[in-house]
Parts: sequence; structure tokens; C-alpha cells
Amino acid sequence: MRFSKDHEWVEPDGGEAAIGITAYAAEQLGDVVFIELPELGRKVKAGEPLAVVESVKAASDVFSPVAGEVIAVNASLPGSPETVNAEPERDGWLVKLKLADPAEADALMDRHAYEAFLAAL
Amino acid sequence: MRYLPLTDADRAEMLAVVRAPSVEALFEDVPAATRLSGDLDLPPHQGELEVERALAGLAARNRAAGAGPFFCGAGAYRHHVPASVDHIIQRSEFLTSYTPYQPEIAQGTLQVLFEFQTQVAALTGLPVANASMYDGSTACAEAVMMAARVTRRRKAILSGGLHPHYAEAAWTLAHSAGVVTRRLPAAVDAERAVVEAIDTETACVVVQTPNVFGTASELGAIAEAAHAAGALMVVVTTEAVSFGLLKPPGAMGADIAVAEGQSIGNPLSFGGPYVGLFAAREAFVRQMPGRLCGETRDAEGRRGFVLTLSTREQHIRREKATSNICTNSGLCALAFSIHMTLLGETGLRRLAALNHARARRLRDALEALPRVEVLTPRFFNELALRLPRPAAAVVEALAAAGIVAGVPFSRLDPRAGLDDVLLVCATETTTDDDIAALARGLAAETAP
Amino acid sequence: MTVLSVGRPTRPESATQTPSASRGHGLVQEEPLIFELGGWDKSGVDLPKPALDAADLGDLVRCEPIGLPGLSEPETLRHYVRLSQKNHAIDLAMYPLGSCTMKHNPRLGEKLARLPGFADLHPLQPLQTVQGALELMDALAHWLKTLTGLPAVALSPKAGAHGELCGLLAIRAAHEARGDARRTVLAPTSAHGTNPATAALAGYAVTEIGQTADGHVDLADLAAKLGPHVAAVMVTNPNTCGLFEREVLEIARLTHAAGAYFYCDGANFNAIVGRVRPGDLGVDAMHINLHKTFSTPHGGGGPGAGPVVFSAALAPYAPRPWLVRGPQGLALAEHASGEAAAGFGRLCAFHGQMGMYVRALAYMMSHGADGLRQVAEDAVLAANYVKARLSGALTPAFPQGFCMHEALFDDAWLEGTGISTLDVAKALIDEGFHPMTMYFPLVVHGAMLIEPTESEPKRELDRFCDALLELAGAVRAGDVARFKGAPYFAPLRRLDETAAARRPRLAWTPEAPTPQPS
Repeated sequence: MRFSKDHEWVEPDGGEAAIGITAYAAEQLGDVVFIELPELGRKVKAGEPLAVVESVKAASDVFSPVAGEVIAVNASLPGSPETVNAEPERDGWLVKLKLADPAEADALMDRHAYEAFLAAL
Repeated sequence: MRYLPLTDADRAEMLAVVRAPSVEALFEDVPAATRLSGDLDLPPHQGELEVERALAGLAARNRAAGAGPFFCGAGAYRHHVPASVDHIIQRSEFLTSYTPYQPEIAQGTLQVLFEFQTQVAALTGLPVANASMYDGSTACAEAVMMAARVTRRRKAILSGGLHPHYAEAAWTLAHSAGVVTRRLPAAVDAERAVVEAIDTETACVVVQTPNVFGTASELGAIAEAAHAAGALMVVVTTEAVSFGLLKPPGAMGADIAVAEGQSIGNPLSFGGPYVGLFAAREAFVRQMPGRLCGETRDAEGRRGFVLTLSTREQHIRREKATSNICTNSGLCALAFSIHMTLLGETGLRRLAALNHARARRLRDALEALPRVEVLTPRFFNELALRLPRPAAAVVEALAAAGIVAGVPFSRLDPRAGLDDVLLVCATETTTDDDIAALARGLAAETAP
Repeated sequence: MTVLSVGRPTRPESATQTPSASRGHGLVQEEPLIFELGGWDKSGVDLPKPALDAADLGDLVRCEPIGLPGLSEPETLRHYVRLSQKNHAIDLAMYPLGSCTMKHNPRLGEKLARLPGFADLHPLQPLQTVQGALELMDALAHWLKTLTGLPAVALSPKAGAHGELCGLLAIRAAHEARGDARRTVLAPTSAHGTNPATAALAGYAVTEIGQTADGHVDLADLAAKLGPHVAAVMVTNPNTCGLFEREVLEIARLTHAAGAYFYCDGANFNAIVGRVRPGDLGVDAMHINLHKTFSTPHGGGGPGAGPVVFSAALAPYAPRPWLVRGPQGLALAEHASGEAAAGFGRLCAFHGQMGMYVRALAYMMSHGADGLRQVAEDAVLAANYVKARLSGALTPAFPQGFCMHEALFDDAWLEGTGISTLDVAKALIDEGFHPMTMYFPLVVHGAMLIEPTESEPKRELDRFCDALLELAGAVRAGDVARFKGAPYFAPLRRLDETAAARRPRLAWTPEAPTPQPS
């Protein structure tokens, strides 16, 4: 699993990857009440908005850490947005992408580096 | 000065605590050249007696609708409001309270909004309603914008039966956002032309029933045509009492229903403040503009209400908000809700039936006039008449004789080529004597 | 991801079953929804039977039940009076809400608005039958133009945000008339959310202008961001930090030099009314919230009114209808011809919020030029007094110098205590006050914005300060439970906003019972 400075995680698996927000981001947001997920087939570049995670008091853009095409969205989330709070880095995944460049994720932080990054915030 | 509680002694004490030499010093950041040294050229303060005398003098120069025979409708309606309504809305806790952002101390307002939303949903036949908009015309404009968001299309078809002010308000809002509104020609039976205008770029059709000419229509065919093309149907109602007699928008396939709520609980007030009703299908709730009140529980498990789904709104979403709205029409919505509670279903149905009966009586009296043609086939409480000469001149002449005969269509739209059309309305406040006076007056004014 | 919140909790942290000390059950009653009171066949209105039926309407008649209960008059009064007792109101105590200008609502306005000569007037009556109403609108227009030093005013906008839209649409029309379509509006990071929302609605992209360390618009940033693509600069003055933009003349000069218009959000006009004219500051358009400075009642959320004053350059583009004076008296130019031809269009049906005009004019005439000037002075003095009394215990966001009509604090004084701005606000409810504006402006962490207004007696200002100082003491003493569990004494405790948003219940339905906790 790799991490972006904007608190997204990406878990590559062959030419695909699951993407979500980190536990830190979920905690900062507070209770998640709604997630706006992209349409299948949508193409994104790294750093472009991919989804919107809403808490009661805020609507936060999730940026794609890597480039790719949306091949799946987490269909369980509209009915249970609380999953993002409970399991942000597992069951609370948001989107699966077909990666434009499977090596692109390697340039991101690993968990150790991300935790050091958080400590310095 | 009666509204300013601070005394000179208070001010001196406060200045000392603030450690400012004078009040002038508090304004030090104002550029010197722009500071006004003395009072502006406006009258000095006055007591209640003087202010009342001046403003009552202005009021006396107006002819109140109740002063004689009165037949204006066209988007605002004269109804009787029970005495309790105005009494309740003047309670301090309703009149002088703020938007319910602190729900623990605003459950009065919030429960009323929840009841109001439920009433509007029931009346329109659509499941979700918001906590009110400024008025029917801005609600109509917002509905067009919402349809554009939902369908991701940029064209709206406005029926020729839509109130011209509503069409203009919709154009103003839509145009700057790049949504094109196409207004079909004004006609008494305008709804038929709507189906032909729909294509695959249409975000919505906007139809009004009863329309500005009074025509009540079945809209099911339009809804089908719109849905087949992937468009939404927005239904506009300017006379809310009609919900007590006519099939509601939701039952005719409407996706969004908007209405002017003024008829219920609120006086004519020369055009405002009024109250916009806005309801839609459940699937569209996150695209709705305006405030929404929802049910929840408190820390002790008791039922309570809060403003919710706020992430649609300006204070959170800012430039990505569904609209820029910050206020609803709170006190007017309260008045609407109180009046609706007093009426109940049985009362509203009877009130609506009464309105229709008065309009039938009016129609019968006017049909007897040889040179006046009643154009509206099926109506609720408004009719369009064709006169042998421009309606505006007839209205002016009758006004001088103490009869307010209605609204000339040319007042709403001088370019429609319908200068000979007069819009008349009867409500439960219209008496047989009023109708007789209008008939006599029109007979005289249309004599060859 | 962007995290646009301060992560404050939106449901009660501790769900307790302990009833609070004093709930005043003797006076504050529980009251069900009207749908739970039954009465499906009841009505509190006596109406005669119609003489004719609706057979002529055939299948257009509504057959299915609507689903609306009715109540008799005594039950109706009880229902709403019981509900009213659960509301706080300015008639009860001070509302220190920054940016809202919650001041006393004079009852004279209520009396005069209800005169039949105003209340029972149809907007489309023949103009010769409503000359008094048009004179009133003209008088209000005169006061607004004189107070602001601008030559034209559009009365029709129905609220402040509506007025902002009006101003921007006139600006857009002015640029288009010169064939100069500009795409961007500049607004400070401290701007109220309606500013960027309105700009987007008017078809503009929004670029933010930065703020200096002492809470003002960053002139260098403004100059750098101005260019031929900028249509307007939207500034609030005094700004949302409660400070007068001392460089406002330079802001206007830079804006005009770039060919853009200066839009002023007039929400904070209460600080300068009668002492400064926005026209003298270079403002081209400004909306005025009649429900703020001119005290038309807030009514639990509305109705408002937001007339917009215009410079000579923008006046031709003002929306219809226009009030025009002719040999026959006053008239309304309601269509796009003659004088009103260049106007950007119509914002809404009819002519505007007449009911609010009567109230606002009664307020203006009662205060007069001298009284309105005193309003600004007392409002600014009161805010500085509160700032001075509280600055020892709370942390002002901009401690240097004076503030205008509102005082801004941040949450530095709460650091390390585990207590948040939200918790302090909820504890303030237990002291009998509506909380101040919280978490706005966004540029200040844990913001608390306090605007007392001029209509508070000194003893109420002192009561408020005493309460906050006592709370500050409780914070220092570590009495966390007092804050986390607050409010204890309101009709309800903290509400679960998370559940309300996750599973929205926006109307009563016969099937669904009470909601589940989140």
C-alpha cells in the first residue's frame, strides 16, 4: 500500500489498484455521511478530483494519487457511509482503477514514510 | 432614542474600559476624507406618532383589495386568513428568532419546518420537499437549474402557459449559467405545444397548471414524452389552494413541483414577502436547493429535528453549492403551515371547492355578456376573457369607477399580441354583488 | 484530499440517560407532530358549502386522500404556542451572532405593515390605485441612496444572497454591453460562502485573494491577481474579521484601473451606517440586508430583503421593474423598453418584498439621520467593550487596535484543554444565551465571532461577558464534562446530525417509526 501527501492510499494489484482515504483523513473529517463516486469509465490523471467524501459539516475532494480509468466503485458505500470511518483502509475503499502506469504508485510514500509525514504535521 | 438603550454614562464607562479617548477613535481605520462629519441630509429621529402618521398617510392613498369588487389573480390571490395565524406568527419566539443553526434551542422552528415539508410533500404528491424558497418564481428558476444538474443537459422548454414573470426569472438565472430557456408562444391552451418541442437535449419542460390563463390540464402525456427523451417535467402552480381540488403534480408524472404558497396564510402585500414551495422525487434530494429539515434523536434518545444535508449549501460548498441561497421564507412558511393545519384536508377541499364554485358563478355571469368571450375551457378559479378592445383601457376605466376588474395580459407580456385578453379571478372572498358589479361594468365598457 | 472542516463531532459524544437538573417541565411541554395528533377529519375553519360542484373538471379532480390532518382552533393555538416555547429569540436575550446583526425588531413596523393599505394590495392592481405604495418604495429608495451615496437602487432582490446575484448580473451585463466578456471574480479567503456561490451562479470562476497577518485584504495579492479577465472584486467592508479595510480606496483604485467593478457585500453595514458612505469608498454595487442593518425580523430564517445600490456606471443594467416618476405620478417600468431597456432582466415575479420595505422605512424614519449615526457608534462601541472585557481570558484573533461592530476570537485559549469552540458554544446555551457565530470566517481557527449590536443594554453586555468569563474559568479548572455534555438545560440535548444526514427523514410518513441512532 502506498500513500499520497493528500492522505489517499493506493493498493496496486497487477495492472489495477484500489484507492481510498487514510485513517488519518477519515478521523479529521469526522462522521462520513455520503460519498459521491465517479462514473465507470472515467479517466483521471494523478492529482485530479476523483470522488467527494461528505461529512456533516464539510465536503472534501479526494484526489487520485495515480492516473487510470475507473473500473469499479464500492457499491456498499451509499447505503453505509460509516464504513469509511470504520475501515477506511480496507472495506472502505472508494474506487478501483485500471492503472495507466503500474509503476507510478512506487513513487509514493510507503506506510513508514507516511507515518513519519503525519508525525511532522 | 427609544431603540437605543445605552446612556451617555454607559458610553463613558465603556470607552474607559476600551481605553479609547472617544468613539471617533474607534473609527480610526476609516480614511479621513470619507468620514462624514455631520448627519446626512435626511430627517432627524421621530416618535411613533409622527412615523405612523406619515406611513398611514401613504397607506391611505392606496385602494385596498377589500374596498370593493376585486378580481386580480395572475400569481397572487386574495384569500381569507383566519385570525389565529397572524396572532401566532407575531409571538416573539417565532418572529424574532434566528435561523435554526443551534437546534437545541430552535426545536419550535425546526418542528414547524418538518411539518411544513410534510404538508408540501402531501399537497404536491412528491415525497421530498424543502423548507421553502423565496417565492414561486425563484423556485421555478431553481427547478430549471436543478433539472440541468440532474440530466446534465442545457435546454429547458417553458410552456406558453407559464406566468411571464416566472419565465423571465427562469431565463435570468439560467442564462448566466449557460442553460438555454426556450419560451413557447403564449396561448390559453399552451400545454399541447410542449410535447413537440422536446428533444434529446432537453433537460426539462416547465408547465403550469392551472396556467396563467386559468386553464387546468392533465399533464400525463407531457410527462411521458419528457421521460421518453430523458428529460424531467417541472410543474408550476401559482394558486396553492388548487391543490385541494385538482390532481397533484406528483400524480401526473412531475419530477419537480414548485408553487407559490402565498394563497395560504399570507396576505397579498403588494407582491412580497411570499413563500416558494419546492418538492421533488426522492432520488434527486441531494440536488435540491434550499434548506432541508430532518428528523433525528438527541443525546437522551428523544426525537428532535435539525437542518440537514447542508453540504449542498453555500456555507459549506461555496462555489460548488447547488445554489447561493442563505435564507428561506421562514415566517411565511410558518403562516402557511398554521393555516394548513387549521384547514386540514376537509377544510382545504371545501375551500378549493368554494373557489371553483365562485369562479363558475363568475363564468356564467360573464358568458351572458354578448361582447365578452370566455376563453378558458377548464379552470380552477381563474379565467381568461377576450374583450373587443384593449383590456388595459377597460381595467383603467373600471378602476376609476371603483371596480378592480382583473389583470390585462398586456401588463404581464406586452409582446404576446394578446392585448385584448383580461385575466379574472374569483375566490371565496368574491360575493354575488361583486360579480354583478363586474358584469355590469364590463357590459358598459364593451358596449359598441 | 482537501479537508475543509475542523473535524468537530456531529453527534453527541456521550449518550446519557441522566435527565438534566432543570428542564422546566411545568412550562415547556412536549408536543407531538400534527400528524401524530390525528384529526384527519377535523378542521379549525368554518366554511359554507359550495353552491356548485366540480363536475365540469371531470378526471382532473383529486380523488386520492391528500394525507393532511386538521386541528380545531384551540388545539392549533396550543400546538404552536408549545412549539414556540422551545425557541430562543432576540426578545429573550442577546444573540451575539457575528455577521447577522441580531438587533431589536421594533413593533411599530409590524403594526404599519399590517395596515390594509399595504397588506391588502395586489401587485398587479392598476397603478393609479397604488400610488401610496409606490411612494413608499420611492422613499425607501431615497433613504438607501442617501445613506450609501450611490445614485440608483434595485429594490426587488428577496434576500442578501439574491442581492449579490443582482449585483453580479448587472456587472456582467455592463461588461457584455462593451463586448468585454470577463470570466473571473476575485473574493477574499475570509468571504462569506454566498460570495463564491453567487459568483459561480452568475457564471464566473472564483479566485481567492489572500489575507495579511493583521486580517486585511492582501493588496499585493490583489494587484497580482487583477487582470483583463477579472469582472469584479467582491469585498465585505468592514470585513468578516470585524475590521475596516483601511486600504479600501486603494482596493477600489486597483480594481477600477483593471477595468473591473467593485462589489461590496453590505452585510456589515451596521458598523458604518450614517458615518461612511460606500459610494465614497469607490463601491460600484452593494447589497443591503434589510433584515440586518434595518431590523426587519429574522422570522426563524426569513423572509429577508436585499436591495442593491448601484453606481452611475451600473445603473442602466439594474433589473426590472424600475420605479419611474412621470406627470401622472409614479409608475413601474416592467418591460425591456425605454429607460429599462438595458436592464439585465427580471429576478423574480412582481416588485419585491413590500412588507419588508414598510418595516425598514419605519425603522429608518424612527431613527433618522442622527439615530442611524448613533446606531453605528453604539454598535462599534459595544463590540469593542466586549472585546476588551474578554481579551484577558479568550484570545482575540487580531488583538492590535480596535475592531468595528464585531469582535473575533480564535481557539488558541482552548489549546490543550480538550474543549473546542463548539463545546464552549453549547455551554453558553446553558447560561441563557444563543451562541456566537462559530467557525466563521474560515481563515481563523476555531473562530468565535461576536456582534452585540447597538440595541443591547449595558447590563446585558456585562451579563454576557460575565458568563463567558465564568466559562473560561471552568475551562482552566478542567471541568470538561460541563462542556462536553452541554447543553444540559435546553429543551433538547445535543442532536445526532450524523444520523440525520446518513439516513435522511425529511417528512413524516405513517409507516416509518422514530429513527435509529447512528
